[in-house]
Amino acid sequence: MEYFLELFFGGLTRGSIYALIALGYTMVYGIIELINFAHGEIYMIGAFTGLIVAGLLTMLGFPGISILAIALVCAVIWAAAYGYTVEKVAYKPLRGAPRLSPLISAIGMSIFLQNYVMLSQTSDFLPFPELVPKFGFMKHFGSMLSSSELVIVVATVLVCVGLTLFIKYTRLGKAMRATAQNRKMAMLVGINVDMVISATFIIGSSLAAVGGVLIASHIGQINYYIGFIAGIKAFTAAVLGGIGSLPGAMLGGLVLGLTEAYATGYVSSDYEDVFAFCLLVLILIFRPAGIMGKDKIQKV
Amino acid sequence: MSNATNDTQEKSFLGLLLTAGCDSFPQALWRSLIAAVWFVFLTFPIMVIRVNTIEHTVVWHWQRMGYVAVGIFFGSFVWRWLLARKELKKDAASRESKAESLLTRIQNNPTSKYLLLALIALLAVAGPMKFSLFGSKLQLLNLYQTNIMISCLVYIVLGLGLNIVVGLAGLLDLGYVAFYGVGAYAYALCNMHWGVGFWAMLPVGAVLGALLGLLLGFPVLRLKGDYLAIVTLGFGEIIRLVLENWGDVTMGPSGISNIDRPALFGIKLGIIGSTHYMYYIMIGLLVLTIFCVNRLQNSRIGRAWLALREDEIACQAMGIDKVKTKLMAFALGATWAGMAGVVFAAKTTFINPASFTFWESAIILSIVVIGGMGSIRGVIAGAVILILVPEYLRDFAQFRMLLFGSIMVVVMVFRPQGLISAKRKLYTYQAKPAGAANE
Repeated sequence: MEYFLELFFGGLTRGSIYALIALGYTMVYGIIELINFAHGEIYMIGAFTGLIVAGLLTMLGFPGISILAIALVCAVIWAAAYGYTVEKVAYKPLRGAPRLSPLISAIGMSIFLQNYVMLSQTSDFLPFPELVPKFGFMKHFGSMLSSSELVIVVATVLVCVGLTLFIKYTRLGKAMRATAQNRKMAMLVGINVDMVISATFIIGSSLAAVGGVLIASHIGQINYYIGFIAGIKAFTAAVLGGIGSLPGAMLGGLVLGLTEAYATGYVSSDYEDVFAFCLLVLILIFRPAGIMGKDKIQKV
Repeated sequence: MSNATNDTQEKSFLGLLLTAGCDSFPQALWRSLIAAVWFVFLTFPIMVIRVNTIEHTVVWHWQRMGYVAVGIFFGSFVWRWLLARKELKKDAASRESKAESLLTRIQNNPTSKYLLLALIALLAVAGPMKFSLFGSKLQLLNLYQTNIMISCLVYIVLGLGLNIVVGLAGLLDLGYVAFYGVGAYAYALCNMHWGVGFWAMLPVGAVLGALLGLLLGFPVLRLKGDYLAIVTLGFGEIIRLVLENWGDVTMGPSGISNIDRPALFGIKLGIIGSTHYMYYIMIGLLVLTIFCVNRLQNSRIGRAWLALREDEIACQAMGIDKVKTKLMAFALGATWAGMAGVVFAAKTTFINPASFTFWESAIILSIVVIGGMGSIRGVIAGAVILILVPEYLRDFAQFRMLLFGSIMVVVMVFRPQGLISAKRKLYTYQAKPAGAANE
């Protein structure tokens, strides 16, 4: 039972991170129908910014919890700036181009950002300091749940609730939903679509950065390549849940995280990713639009 | 509109470069300044600071900040100029570029067409041979270059294969490398266990690729667009992970070495001989591929693919069997990947799962899209650029992939339809004189 719970919390943590990244994918896809392959790289850049800021602050002798807070804020700021710039440089000039062109541009951007970080920093694994302090009350959970796992899950829940409220009630949130439904119509009713798209990239990148810093501090090491596999998994999660749907991305992330945790725990750790993709293929065969996605009726 | 075009054309090249996209030169200066400041801010933590969290030391690279500032300041002028140029050309988007119209003119004139083809054939055949011309030794491709040319040819074949699936049938396949990997592993394993030769495995690789294509095709028949993309991506990753983890059969991540090179009528060739032999095999395979793809394009099934790409519902309404058409696309596309895989294994004599990652799929897809979807000439141009450019960039070894990524972005931003766009076969309608007057 303890092992089962340990796997459950491990899967929950992993799923939360997938969900955080998947939200960015799903929001961007919902609005401009683009698989933003560079999104995983934004997550990686967030983690690197967090590492750099945390390293500087540790040397300056800041107390533990304030390092986490400042590193998170800086990571969010820079990741958002990168997300914004990537959109302006690589995607905006391609509005109205053939559908696959932005995709290739995104793949190119992803290669570029990976190598940019590798050249400016290093290609080795860098140790990441543990930013989350050990809470006293966590002793009761023993090996089942660590305090950084708890922080990740709580932070994800908070972010998801906040994002849902934001999309539902704010002016910008409404504008986003309108743009996602019909971009041309949104323009006609006076929504600044360019601004909405930029805002989407900024929000998505910020979420990815939060995930990046938290998971890096949990795992304890990062390198320039972490964004790739995390990005693919998160995209899988987004599609699993039904791409374009926010609750779908959260659910997809959790389902994927838990499946991987149990499959590695009980079956074989070598085939961790195989289970994830098999689950994806199976779900899409029976529900081609994902778990929460709506089947669009195609009209002629 | 035409007035504005004339105004801009009257300006000198330099004037246009300095003010493109802006009202005046000071404004352009201001915008470049803002861009430079923004990028300095953007690249500040990653490029300037390097912390060592174990020894608690920091290294500052302030000079990089200067490089970024200067580079972006001048680069932004060029960027705006290129964007403005693209805007100007938008009205004439349907018009062909100069290189394209030259190609068309050559193609329309039988003499020049065959002359060009003969020249290309001559160069291709003469490539690796040694000549003594006027007393000096002449060789177009040395051994190293021949090897690069072989991989370039392999990528052209892969690109043409993927072009069937993506360019003609419009099915976005991100796991194409799986078929390539299976072809390579099939040859490597059969060769290792039973000593099966290259020529016996080439058709087997093709059939295996086609069967795997069908296998992938069945479950994804109902999926569309990006759902299809992610499932094919997952399929590619599953194949790679199985190759990596099924150690008993595939030898795991360490891969299989000492794969036989193809033998010429039973004679084993040395390293130079077999490289040249491989080169000519690839030339032959490429000619076969171009011939088949060209014939397929204009065949009944080829036209069905185009119809499927344009509109699935209308295509079904016209009585085209959607299932059969889609499966055919997957199977025929995968056939070439299977063959290319066999060639790849025979060429490198060593394979491991690391050669068949998602990046390979991404590069093949980039070849198709950058070259121009659905266009054979485009795919060839795309492969030549994407495979040969990184090879010649070896001087900048560490910046190679950085440049590669930026080239992909820049080509797409300024030429989203690809380098050479596809052209459908046109049938000219000879209108009666009276009818022509009405039009």
